Amino acid sequence: MTFVLIGVNHKSAPVEVRERLAIPESRLAEAIARLVQFPGVEEGMILSTCNRVELIAKVSSDTLDLRGFLREYFETDTDLLADHLYEYREQDAMRHIFRVAASLDSMIVGEPQVLGQVKAAYAVACGVGALHSQLHALISRAFAVAKRVRTETAIGSSAVSVASAAVDLATQIFGSLSGKHVYLVGAGKMSELAARHLIAGGAEAIFVANRTHARAVTLAEKFQGTAIRFEELYETADRADIVITSTGSPHAIFRREHGEKFLHRRKNRPMFFIDIAVPRDVDPGMNKLDGIFVYDIDDLQAVVSANVANREREAARAHEIIETELQRFLARLQTQEVTPTIISLQEHLETIRQAELDRVRGRLGKLTAEQESAIEALTRGIMNKVLHTPVTALKNAAREAEANTVVDHVRRIFNLNPRNLNPKHSNPKNLDPKDLNSKDTNTRPIPISRPRSEKQEEPAREEEKKVTPS
Amino acid sequence: MPLLWLRVALVFYSLGLVYALLALARKAESLARVTMSAFWLGLIFHFVSLAELTLEQGHLTPSTQNHAESLLAFLVAAFFLAFWIKYKTVSPGIFVFPVVFVLTLLAAVGQQSPEFTSPLLRRGWIFVHVTLIFLGYAALFLSFVASMLYLWQERRLKSKNMGKWLRLPPLQVIDEIGYRALLLGFPFITLGLIAGSIVAQEQFGAGFFRDPKIALSIMVWVIYMVLLFTRWNAGWRGRKAAFLSTFAFVAAVGTWAANYLSGTHRFLGP
Repeated sequence: MTFVLIGVNHKSAPVEVRERLAIPESRLAEAIARLVQFPGVEEGMILSTCNRVELIAKVSSDTLDLRGFLREYFETDTDLLADHLYEYREQDAMRHIFRVAASLDSMIVGEPQVLGQVKAAYAVACGVGALHSQLHALISRAFAVAKRVRTETAIGSSAVSVASAAVDLATQIFGSLSGKHVYLVGAGKMSELAARHLIAGGAEAIFVANRTHARAVTLAEKFQGTAIRFEELYETADRADIVITSTGSPHAIFRREHGEKFLHRRKNRPMFFIDIAVPRDVDPGMNKLDGIFVYDIDDLQAVVSANVANREREAARAHEIIETELQRFLARLQTQEVTPTIISLQEHLETIRQAELDRVRGRLGKLTAEQESAIEALTRGIMNKVLHTPVTALKNAAREAEANTVVDHVRRIFNLNPRNLNPKHSNPKNLDPKDLNSKDTNTRPIPISRPRSEKQEEPAREEEKKVTPS
Repeated sequence: MPLLWLRVALVFYSLGLVYALLALARKAESLARVTMSAFWLGLIFHFVSLAELTLEQGHLTPSTQNHAESLLAFLVAAFFLAFWIKYKTVSPGIFVFPVVFVLTLLAAVGQQSPEFTSPLLRRGWIFVHVTLIFLGYAALFLSFVASMLYLWQERRLKSKNMGKWLRLPPLQVIDEIGYRALLLGFPFITLGLIAGSIVAQEQFGAGFFRDPKIALSIMVWVIYMVLLFTRWNAGWRGRKAAFLSTFAFVAAVGTWAANYLSGTHRFLGP
């Protein structure tokens, strides 16, 4: 295997650089198709989002440089990009794509969109036939890893913006937000944003009060809410479960005595004040009232930074998951190198067994069903016992670096057909006819398409189990 | 056999105990599903145990202290599961699991107490009385648990330090659970007390009111009434209601313990 990944992201390059490399969705398919036509590239995928542009490819030689492709595709001088481009090979490339899919490399760690973007890029690459066995397996693994990270760590579970923190707190007080009333006091950008989040969370009926009534009306229209005259604020505020204040008033608008009055009218049903105004609109003393919860901008900010810190802790755990998954994937790739040999070995012995059975059957005459199955079990048992050592040796070799030597030895000893150097033995449908005709593959024996190796292994192992005890 | 089933149930309940302990170390989220399944299984075995015991004895009324504890544990567990079906929140388990476990433990492995010999227990009315009161206790306990959770969650929200604790249910949901549990328990306690009074009237005459346990029971019932009344009328909810409900529960525990002081409730015979 030889994986290469190059790219830029929000950390390595400013937006002026990223936008020059960004590939719009409409041209992505064509770009990937050109990538796999680039000499030496066997499989490829391109991920282009607003925060990153990355090319990942399985290449035929260790020295191939994907910068050449960038130069060609963008017709640009890559030296200018040199400071911003990062390049990963082999394990590092695999780790990086796992990290990207699991949203550990994102600007906001744990944000869920990036996985969808990787999935979309994967779909496009599949569509143009740019993914066959190994890169295909790597990307699918990346999805599984991302899912594992999401379920086993709390990386994406906490709110990391002020607006979403407000919604989160509201749900901790009220449970479901459906049917809850929201009151906007002051018509600022921030309060509008918070209201939008609350409505997305299920909240209903918006009231807006603003010193300039016209602005209240405009904002209310946006949410199909009701504009209320500022003078009527204290008479109407108790209708709201959630009050968002953001006026420019120099003094607190809501004081303790107002809170007491609201609670009395509401029969003590709780109220949540979100005060994003500076200076504050809500007297902090209100928070002491039983049933009223007041959060000012600093409180929300504190919740957010606690959550961010929490995400970072979770990211450390996610990192461990990625390392174990990476090792597992590497081990699997290595066994893939020996599985074709194991399969031909099994098939080879099976052919011998069948031939011998056919030869001797004439001499044995008519057999009962029990005798028939006894012979079957006997021959199969011998075959599996003989197979056991070479198969184990192959599997062990796969874990070490000597796989190739052992494979060659086994092939020579058992006189198996020449080794298939290009293990594109995944789904034959994935094989691009163009690919087969290219000069690269012509020199090699045409890959014998075999079903997925792992699945083939299973029945063999089962047979072993069946036989050994008898 | 009933003891065996009860011990099997105990094993399943013990997982709940583990959950409760881990929840305090905030590592329990992944355990919740297993715990709930185990709790259901425990409840089934517990039911089998109680049913067999009833068949063996030929009457429904608990005949030993252990039996009474077992029945109470069963009712608490059943109430908890009923609320779990409705609200899907495991958090009350932090309190419920250990209590169910300890009650079942006392019943299953504690010293087997001598059988109550009082002929009173053979009467149908006394069964009605005991079961209803126990149902009331179980509901009151759940309401107490909800109050505890309410105070805890309220403190977290007020102090603006959500900490790294496990996620508790929303404040209003806890409030609702507590209120529903109260509503559910009130008729049981009321009818249970009426049934008890009928038996006592017949057995001991009008003097039974002077018995300390009965006096305490009536006090619990009065607190209960006040709780519901303030909520309906004055809209007392939240912290005040939680404190009152805690007080009611403490009084109820006192009543349960008062068996040792009570003449009418000592069934061990003269």
